[in-house]
Amino acid sequence: MNWIYEPWPWYIGGPFIALTLFLLLMVGKNFGMSSNLRTLCTLCGAGNTSEFFKFDWKAQRWNLVVALGVLIGGFIGAHFLSTDTAVAISSSTIENLNNLGFKSAGVGYLPEELFGSESFQNPKILLILVVGGVLVGFGARYAGGCTSGHAISGLSDLQLPSLLAVIGFFIGGLTMVHLLFPLIF
Amino acid sequence: MRTLSYLSIGIFFGITLFKSEAASWFRIYEMFRFESFHMYGIIGTALCLGILSTQAIKRFEINSFYGEKIEFKPKTKSVKRYLYGGFLFGLGWALAGACPGPMFALLGAGFYSIAIVIAAALLGTFLYGVLKEKLPHS
Repeated sequence: MNWIYEPWPWYIGGPFIALTLFLLLMVGKNFGMSSNLRTLCTLCGAGNTSEFFKFDWKAQRWNLVVALGVLIGGFIGAHFLSTDTAVAISSSTIENLNNLGFKSAGVGYLPEELFGSESFQNPKILLILVVGGVLVGFGARYAGGCTSGHAISGLSDLQLPSLLAVIGFFIGGLTMVHLLFPLIF
Repeated sequence: MRTLSYLSIGIFFGITLFKSEAASWFRIYEMFRFESFHMYGIIGTALCLGILSTQAIKRFEINSFYGEKIEFKPKTKSVKRYLYGGFLFGLGWALAGACPGPMFALLGAGFYSIAIVIAAALLGTFLYGVLKEKLPHS
């Protein structure tokens, strides 16, 4: 059982994500994590400002429970099922990140330069995290789903809109990493 | 009972996201630089098995564990919202290195600065709700 404590290879991670989709379908629900952001907005009173947030949030309570589970799962994975959480990315990625100033590449789970304790104090880092988060939240709702809703469950259902969204995800990601990162970092 | 099943599925998914490193900013960056097969392997196998199980459920009209019909909601047919929204999502996914599922897993794992990203994602969702009528969707 020692493999559990090692980083999981893709051929374990992929099938387990497919199993998550299957189990959610089998309990009569759809896989989609970003819907929770909308539900949380409604819970915060956003229905007073926009019709978009006036919906029966109780029908989405099950999904909030899934999200709570994901949070607990992250805790279990990090604290009970890991000995070393360094992510062994490829040497060319490490070299590239080192050149951009990311010294934690190949050492940590997340870049210390963005998510370390300094991130709350450095205005530039704070801005990067906020802009990234706003784009994820805005884009996911605009596109009607995120990686789970489109790339996994939508494509599994052979939905053309999901293919368009995933193409959009990739154009956006490639633009950020190849065109914008050299300007930002 | 059902609530417990949702919680268990979430925990299983959260552990998977963390342990497979799909929740790592580094893996997302590496993926967009095409320097490793890892993320493509994860998404690829998840998708292949997802297609098989979804199509099997539809073809053989398999009922849920509770004996109910499993409903698939077709997405509304349009082009712009998926490409534009997807593009903006992709920019954020690469910058913050996390999509909505991994965000929750990372918070649980103890990376508290991800709370900034989650709060900002809520703000982004709120902005979409406010601006929805003014955006091209067709």
